[in-house]
Amino acid sequence: MAPTLEVRGLRTHFFTKAGVLKAVDDVSFSIEKGKVLGLVGESGSGKSVTGFSVLGLVDPPGRVVDGEIIFQGRNLTGLSEEEWRKIRGRDIAMVFQDPMMTLNPVLRIDTQMIETVLAHEKVSEQAARARAREALTQVGIPSPDERLKAYPHQFSGGMRQRVAIAIALLHRPALIIADEPTTALDVTIQGQILYEVQKLCRDTGTSLIWITHDLSVVAGLADEICVMYAGRIVERGPVDAVLDEPLHPYTRGLIGSVPSRNVRGHKLMQIPGMTPSLLNLPPGCAFRTRCPRADDDCLVEPAITEPKPGREVRCYHPHLLDTVA
Amino acid sequence: MIVYLIRRLMQSTLVVLAMTVILFVGVYAIGDPVEILISPDADQMERERAIAALGLDRPLWLQYLTFLQNALRGDLGRSFVFNEPALTLIMQKMPATLELAFAATFFAILIGLPLGLWAGLRPEARSSRVIMATSILGFSLPSFWVGLMLIMVFAVQLGWLPSTGRGPTAELFGVQWSFLTIDGLRHLILPAINLSLFKVSLVIRLTRAGVRETVLMDYVKFARAKGLSESRVIFVHVLKNIMIPVITVTALEFGSTIAFSVVTESIFAWPGMGKLIIDSIYVLDRPVIVAYLMIIVLMFIMLNFTVDVLYSVLDPRVRLQDQKA
Repeated sequence: MAPTLEVRGLRTHFFTKAGVLKAVDDVSFSIEKGKVLGLVGESGSGKSVTGFSVLGLVDPPGRVVDGEIIFQGRNLTGLSEEEWRKIRGRDIAMVFQDPMMTLNPVLRIDTQMIETVLAHEKVSEQAARARAREALTQVGIPSPDERLKAYPHQFSGGMRQRVAIAIALLHRPALIIADEPTTALDVTIQGQILYEVQKLCRDTGTSLIWITHDLSVVAGLADEICVMYAGRIVERGPVDAVLDEPLHPYTRGLIGSVPSRNVRGHKLMQIPGMTPSLLNLPPGCAFRTRCPRADDDCLVEPAITEPKPGREVRCYHPHLLDTVA
Repeated sequence: MIVYLIRRLMQSTLVVLAMTVILFVGVYAIGDPVEILISPDADQMERERAIAALGLDRPLWLQYLTFLQNALRGDLGRSFVFNEPALTLIMQKMPATLELAFAATFFAILIGLPLGLWAGLRPEARSSRVIMATSILGFSLPSFWVGLMLIMVFAVQLGWLPSTGRGPTAELFGVQWSFLTIDGLRHLILPAINLSLFKVSLVIRLTRAGVRETVLMDYVKFARAKGLSESRVIFVHVLKNIMIPVITVTALEFGSTIAFSVVTESIFAWPGMGKLIIDSIYVLDRPVIVAYLMIIVLMFIMLNFTVDVLYSVLDPRVRLQDQKA
């Protein structure tokens, strides 16, 4: 079966006055129906821009300069604005990071939900309201009729994110892009939201791209993960395999710096240095300057290889068991 | 809400009371109307009789208390010059000024909002730069000069529009209005444009700043991600948010338009309150000056109150703060 979404060689660059910023540089991945893909990386690694590119929502001066975004067998790059509009919210929906900011403060919840229904379907307002009500129930919001008449500021952060998710679910999209939707929430709410999203995707067969910097979130949620660094995917594979046996030194560093994995009393492991500026990346492998395994080979950009079946890595010196010194 | 209204009313009463004191003392300090009003040929007896008739022989505090007592009954004194109630005199002139101020505010919104929206959405475009540069002119050109230029060009050179007076009026709700007759409307155009020039610039700048700020908000991006049409995003999601500052400032400006329409009314011989007050100041017609200023004070208080109420209509978050208070 064809994947729901296939991204091939995506490049999204920002043409700033200081130079061309390659936020996303040659990114490829695909996601099957009903599966969850975790897109992991530090701030500025290009994961959010990847998400916005798939939705055709890159703000100027940014632009998708190359690559193909094939959604349900149809290439989305080069669509007109109106064609994009028809896809957004109906076929591909998005949930944003900060629930305090994603709902318009001066419009009631019902207005914001009903307009979403009416943007894609010619139904009566009553029908649209019923849909909105149903979606709120689905995400576990009590007394939806009352809540529909409320304004966003009358909701807590967790509730707002539920509303945002309900809005994303209104048209039963084939794909939801969730851009760190639980980062701004406290841990108990995070758990609830994760659980519900997972359940909803399973029930409706929706594919999910979950963008996060938090490996522990992805561990329990995703089927497959892509690790991004400086605009490129450096490692890709099934979630358990990648977490148990990371191939790329960067992935290894990321996993090592999760606090729960460290023994109490010991120093936390950290990756030395900091993310390079996307404006002047070092030539060759972008992680070279922080990498314990770097050598002269790394001065040339490594290609994606598949050292093990189902595992892809962009590195000359992956941590394969047989090569560990 | 009722508690809020009562508190608001009490505050306003205090402000009005304080203003009466300031006004009364201030006007008293300007000069002695006796010197201007009573003919220099009058003998001592006549002088004293006139002074007593005007109530100017009593001490200031007594004059003030009398004024206050009368004011509570709606009597702001009789004009020394016209020997008519000051209030009646001002009320006769008020419709003309109100009409002018409304027309100017209407122009400001009608022209300022679309131009500001345009400039805010396309900040880099040449047309936007032209709009912004022109708005600086609107701010800085003195209105008496612009008024004269308008008369020169449109009344004298081109002969398109009349330059003085209100033209024929028609009655509505017992008041004479110019805008109800075609010729009256023609008389209204030039002074209204002259008066609105500053406000147009103000609305343009406010709108542009608001748009530039709002389009970057997550909720605008989220609205796009929902697949809403561009016009819905701009005219509902963006516009409703920027209306808050625009309405506030326009409403407050409305007060100063009425209070300071003096210049425009003088140039275009518009028979409004502004002309009346200038004439009254020349002859130190105290009751008219005081009554006029009292009306302006009341108007500002009412405008402020209206703005607060509008605020809570436009911005749902304000309502909640009311309840907490």
